[in-house]
Amino acid sequence: MGELKLMKGNEAIAEAAIRAGVDAYFGYPITPQSEVIEYLMAEKPYETTGMVVLQAESEVAAINMVYGAAGTGKKAMTSSSSPGISLKQEGISYMAGAELPCVIVNVVRGGPGLGTIQPSQADYFQAVKGGGHGDYHMIVLAPASVQEMADFVTKGFDLAFKYRTPVMILSDGLIGQMMEKVIMPEHTPRWTDEEIIEKWPWATTGKPGSRERNIITSLDLDSGRQEQHNIHLQKKYKEIHENEIEFEEFMCDDADYLFVAYGSSARIAQKAIKLGREKGIKAGLLRPITLYPFPAEAIHRLAKQVKGILSLELSAGQMVEDIRLSVGCDIKVEHFGRMGGIIHSPAEALQALEDKIIGG
Amino acid sequence: MKEEVLSDIINVENLVYKKTPLMTDNILSYCPGCGHGTAHRITMEVLEELGVWKDTIGIAPVGCSVLAYEFMNVDMQQAAHGRAPALATGIKRCWPHKVVFTYQGDGDLAAIGTAETIHACNRGENIVIIFVNNGIYGMTGGQMAPTTLPGMKSSTSPYGRDVHIMGNPLKITELVAELPGVRSVTRQAVHTPGNVRKAKRAIRKAFENQLKYKEGLNFVEIVSNCNSGWKMTPVHSNKWMEENMFPYFPLGDIKVDGEIVNK
Amino acid sequence: MAKFKGAIVVDIDRCKGCEVCIGACPHDVIGMSSEVNIKGYKYSYMVNPESCVGCANCAVVCPDGVITVYRKRIEQ
Ligand SMILES: Cc1ncc(C[n+]2csc(CCOP(=O)(O)OP(=O)(O)O)c2C)c(N)n1
Ligand code: SF4
Ligand code: SF4
Repeated sequence: MGELKLMKGNEAIAEAAIRAGVDAYFGYPITPQSEVIEYLMAEKPYETTGMVVLQAESEVAAINMVYGAAGTGKKAMTSSSSPGISLKQEGISYMAGAELPCVIVNVVRGGPGLGTIQPSQADYFQAVKGGGHGDYHMIVLAPASVQEMADFVTKGFDLAFKYRTPVMILSDGLIGQMMEKVIMPEHTPRWTDEEIIEKWPWATTGKPGSRERNIITSLDLDSGRQEQHNIHLQKKYKEIHENEIEFEEFMCDDADYLFVAYGSSARIAQKAIKLGREKGIKAGLLRPITLYPFPAEAIHRLAKQVKGILSLELSAGQMVEDIRLSVGCDIKVEHFGRMGGIIHSPAEALQALEDKIIGG
Repeated sequence: MKEEVLSDIINVENLVYKKTPLMTDNILSYCPGCGHGTAHRITMEVLEELGVWKDTIGIAPVGCSVLAYEFMNVDMQQAAHGRAPALATGIKRCWPHKVVFTYQGDGDLAAIGTAETIHACNRGENIVIIFVNNGIYGMTGGQMAPTTLPGMKSSTSPYGRDVHIMGNPLKITELVAELPGVRSVTRQAVHTPGNVRKAKRAIRKAFENQLKYKEGLNFVEIVSNCNSGWKMTPVHSNKWMEENMFPYFPLGDIKVDGEIVNK
Repeated sequence: MAKFKGAIVVDIDRCKGCEVCIGACPHDVIGMSSEVNIKGYKYSYMVNPESCVGCANCAVVCPDGVITVYRKRIEQ
């Protein structure tokens, strides 16, 4: 049985990390996610579970500390917010290339540039399309509650190690700062060094006489081999598509209209749907839980049922592009969203549905 | 000498020097006469002699030695340009009983990776840093490095390094020696048998420190040549190094057991 | 008096002809071949094998680690 707690989203990530048997957290302060490292430093898990917690000199250093630790088969994670995540892109690309598992949390704030410290979902493109250089993807999980902030730590590491790939938890300032009830999982012990050596034969844990040396690298100067490596990565992404898509449907059975929204926008969409139903507007919600892989088939299926789709995002409209690629039929697909840290209200969202989809 | 005498000498029981098995059989990707090869080899010899190679994780930089993992027969990770000390931090913090070292060039360690270097040193990460300073960006074709000497020509300082425009060479080794987190700092060379032997002793001491004291970073600079970048023959480049590099980057111990011994 | 006789074996195809070993030898044992190896480099060899004492100086400085050194004690 888990333990019921009242916590901020950011704290839930930190507590869940300790309980998930995470080996190391490397971070750098930035609003609105600093509570993650603050909570860890206050809890001192290095004295209980043995988890390493270190404040790095920059996000660049933090992600590269994660690289080093992950390369030895340890469960390593970092968290940041948008400007810091931009700095981590180099490391993420290298980790994708070197096939290293890790969890990266982005508690998104408004941009571009230094932008604002208020919530935003404007890092969608960066998260799902690659972000750094080269042909790669991360698995991207989008929590819509404090509970999911906690749950996705374990889920993220499971996926990261299953596919040897970086996993991002794409949250936002709202979910990060919000307090909610959360059931914390039981403690899972950290893997012992022996378990790691047995589980992850690729890890650089020191070369015994009995095996060849292990090398963690993203480099291969031979174009033929580098192409093969890329083909291998693409196969992996295809497998991820086949096995790992997750989404949630809300009041879709009889829906004439569909909201597609993730994270905090999904919560707002649910309220908008209830408001709409009071007025006789039958709308439903498809909430992608994995943004990469994207639930394209589910959208394709629902597109045949509904008259129009509104993508609700705290951005100028990013996910809407993927929705348009998914529908595969001639229905209206529009975007509505506020920017700069302003959060759309349910009434605004419903109004946008009426204006852009029903009336438009 | 007669054939039979030679075959009498060339015999396993008379063997005095042989490439360590901790260097793989891959042909080194370095230019003829480049000090990287020697620096690799003595590092591996030390790990062999200390008997810790099974528990060693090394980190290759970006630079000519990017492929160090092709030559060093221990578990290795390859880092993004300048980030090796951050990787080493991640590894050593998670596996405190393992031996961890980075191997980095001057561009890697003292330009793009300055922050990672200084902060790993300042935190006293219990690792060894082997820093090969050849005063130039070898891999990318001889551009100016943070350690390029005043007046020295490179492809991005074709009229010589003008310190008023390009700044002075960075003595990062002296800089990190000031940090309490750093236990030992030394500057060596590998172009003569005597220097190689000294450098090897220094590297051995650095690894011994890592094993003996559970904290503190041990830093070994090797002033080396880049005959391709300097556009000289290997033998000439070594002479040029003695005449020009050593006065600016004097050899010897800088910090021993936490005490500065030579400024 | 005990004297040492030495000999080196050069892994010819790995030698890059940098000549660093030549100057490192205190007894002028080493010279460069007139032929080239598979890589197109001239390679080092013992021009004066009688003078070799097996001090390993050449092997120690050889960047490519291609020299193996042997030394035998000769009673005189
Ligand atoms: C982020 C990034 N910037 C630039 C480069 C290009 N680059 C590769 S090696 C190098 C310089 C390496 O010089 P140094 O560290 O002195 O090593 P050397 O090659 O001289 O041994 C540069 C600039 C890169 N690979 N990555
Ligand atoms: S370019 Fe310079 S540093 Fe690089 S291998 Fe050649 S000599 Fe060595
Ligand atoms: S030092 Fe080594 S590579 Fe250079 S010439 Fe001598 S044997 Fe050949």
